[in-house]
Amino acid sequence: MTQRIDHAEAKALMQASLDGELDAMSQLRFDAHLADCPACTAEYARLKALSVAVRTQATRYVAPAELRAALAKALPLDVQDPPKPSNVVPLRRWFRPAGAGFAVGAALAASLAVMIDTRNADDMLATSIVTAHVRALQPGHLTDVQISDQHQVKPWFDGKIDFAPPVKELSDQGFDLVGGRLDYIDGREAAVIVYRRKLHMIDLFVTHASHGGGHPDSLPAAHATPSGYNVVRWSDNGQDYWAISDLNRNELGDFAKAWLGR
Amino acid sequence: MGPNNDTAGFAEMAMPHLDAAYNLARWLTRDPADASDVVQEAMLRALRFFGSFRGGNGKSWLLAIVRNTAIDWIRANRPAQIAPAPADDSDPFENIADEGDDPEAALIRVSDRRQIDRLIAALPTEFRECLVLRELEELSYKEIAAVTGVPLGTVMSRLSRARLLLQRALVRENAQ
Repeated sequence: MTQRIDHAEAKALMQASLDGELDAMSQLRFDAHLADCPACTAEYARLKALSVAVRTQATRYVAPAELRAALAKALPLDVQDPPKPSNVVPLRRWFRPAGAGFAVGAALAASLAVMIDTRNADDMLATSIVTAHVRALQPGHLTDVQISDQHQVKPWFDGKIDFAPPVKELSDQGFDLVGGRLDYIDGREAAVIVYRRKLHMIDLFVTHASHGGGHPDSLPAAHATPSGYNVVRWSDNGQDYWAISDLNRNELGDFAKAWLGR
Repeated sequence: MGPNNDTAGFAEMAMPHLDAAYNLARWLTRDPADASDVVQEAMLRALRFFGSFRGGNGKSWLLAIVRNTAIDWIRANRPAQIAPAPADDSDPFENIADEGDDPEAALIRVSDRRQIDRLIAALPTEFRECLVLRELEELSYKEIAAVTGVPLGTVMSRLSRARLLLQRALVRENAQ
């Protein structure tokens, strides 16, 4: 039974609720108050409308091409090799180590624009997965269904997405199932299965494979992203998997192996 | 690892956030040319400090430098825009609707994109930056606190104040 909150407390929580900053318990109590307080409901709707108006109508300014060019001159940058299209995404290309794979470019002025525009799709994907993971770590955002039983997590996804993400029980190998949620990665729907190892959360993103894909021929290895999270990626049975965590690389690699049953 | 490698590493970390950096600088300076100058200066500063960047949230780290560069720039070139910080820290939980509820006010109507841009641009700097970081860059309170260098409670109260002012301005203009 959640403890009821009064009008003043609901008002104090309103903005944090709008911004998704409440922990799960406070959110429940706030929702309960909203359900029988027309004044707060109206005020919440007003705040929400304002937020939506700003998000959809205010301008997000984009760096002008001249600025990119000027930065290219100011920073002695080199041109990144254009990524080659390939059916199989090399696991190690996720985030290149600093300096690796850079060649001296003739057109310095254009180099920055080239570097941004040709960042390979996987890098962009990795960035959006890091972002989604970080957002999910905000209080109350981690899981939509918080059940540590694969037989409950798996059906929860039914009817919410058009594929069936495999939910595996890995607690005997030190990875506890925490729950699941839905997310969007790069415009695609993703099922996120959440595991925990000690205090570290692991988000396993599952989407339709972008390019076919059978069983992986080599064991995936984990890589660090510039933001400090470690990521490991593999494809299996027509689905793409990304595991992201602040867990160290070895243990995240162990997670991938455990998941693949190797 | 030579300096070139450091620069490449810096670019790898910072360049994905170039648009966010420009957007923040543009909203703070309210001028395209000034925003470009601020971003260039901020990127050079960030490159100098990159050696002390120990991983973590690259976007917040970079935006904090852009923000400080922009504030320095405004202080030097448009000192009148930086008013002394108002006493807004007293009640971190202050919220909208501390006024009488006008049913009309429930309708947030925005006549066009230019109107909302103009009204946000008219907000005091410290409120504007919180609103832009929250709604346009979608940073968390904690990240906004890191970028702006103020406590979490202050972020919440500034954000609340920014929304209240913006809402009032919209209602006022569109009621006419």
